[in-house]
Amino acid sequence: MNKRLMFTLPLMVFLILAGYFAVGLTKDPKKLPNMLKGKPVPDFALKPIKGRDDKGFASTDLKGETSLVNIFGSWCVACQIEHPFLMKLKAEGAVPIHGIDWREEDPDAGPDWLNKHGDPYALVGDDPRSKAAIAFGVTGAPETFVVDGDGVVRFKYVGPLNADIWRDVIEPVLRQIKPPGAS
Amino acid sequence: MRHIAVSLLLVAFPQAAFGVNPSEMLSDPALELRAREISKELRCVVCQNQSIDESDATLARDLRVLVRERLAAGDDDQGVIDYVVSRYGDFVLLRPPVKGATLALWGGPIAIVLFALIAVFVFFRRQRQTAKAPIAATPLNEQERQRLQDLLAEKEH
Repeated sequence: MNKRLMFTLPLMVFLILAGYFAVGLTKDPKKLPNMLKGKPVPDFALKPIKGRDDKGFASTDLKGETSLVNIFGSWCVACQIEHPFLMKLKAEGAVPIHGIDWREEDPDAGPDWLNKHGDPYALVGDDPRSKAAIAFGVTGAPETFVVDGDGVVRFKYVGPLNADIWRDVIEPVLRQIKPPGAS
Repeated sequence: MRHIAVSLLLVAFPQAAFGVNPSEMLSDPALELRAREISKELRCVVCQNQSIDESDATLARDLRVLVRERLAAGDDDQGVIDYVVSRYGDFVLLRPPVKGATLALWGGPIAIVLFALIAVFVFFRRQRQTAKAPIAATPLNEQERQRLQDLLAEKEH
């Protein structure tokens, strides 16, 4: 065997591996791929949270117009950071925001939290046993899904939304979505 | 005395100390066993190096309950695993599946061992060949012969 090859081959293998690892290190393992992208929202039908005796929140509510589905919980600190921005979105009336109140141990905790901080949600469903959260592939709160008028999941954002993320990440997705019926 | 017995039991079976809660278990032992086996294959998405069988995270608990509910509803093992994968991706499988994207992962070690075996084989065969082959004397060329002559002549003086 060529002597030079004998010496350079291990180096090459090392460099290729190091390249893979270097790229891998920049990825956040907490951010799982959005398995639902381009697929219809999973079937779910959640009961309303206490004090909001409307019809709750079900997958069938997501047909007709583009909307956001936001997973939150009163126990979730990052949700509190995100909350003022959701209130601002609601005031602007850009898209309806629906909430999934996830894993409340106390049925009063979610409603109390919304009374205290304001309620940005059009519809809210109570998900104490992660039924809808697992169906959406949620790993932590907050997570926000963009659902188009056909009830198809277009995008998932993991972590709290803010004005910068809205402008740079969410708005481009919303612009891509055509109104339902148009082809 | 009872405390000691309980502590010893916990030391002997550390899994009993966390993870699966007795209240989650199915009454059918065969079904419960299947649920345990499936749970050991699924990664907890919160504490990612534990399986949902070991993890104390609330989401892991809800996933364990979901696994049991689907088994009780009549799903087969693969059906339950496929459902969870359809939500969270291949990442939740603690043993990655063999497919195009994971070919290097599964085939890599085999390829490296094969390559090493071939390299060793070639190395030894070459060594044996060089040992067997007689060392042929290379005749001196004109220049070398001249230099040899010169050196010998020098020594005589």
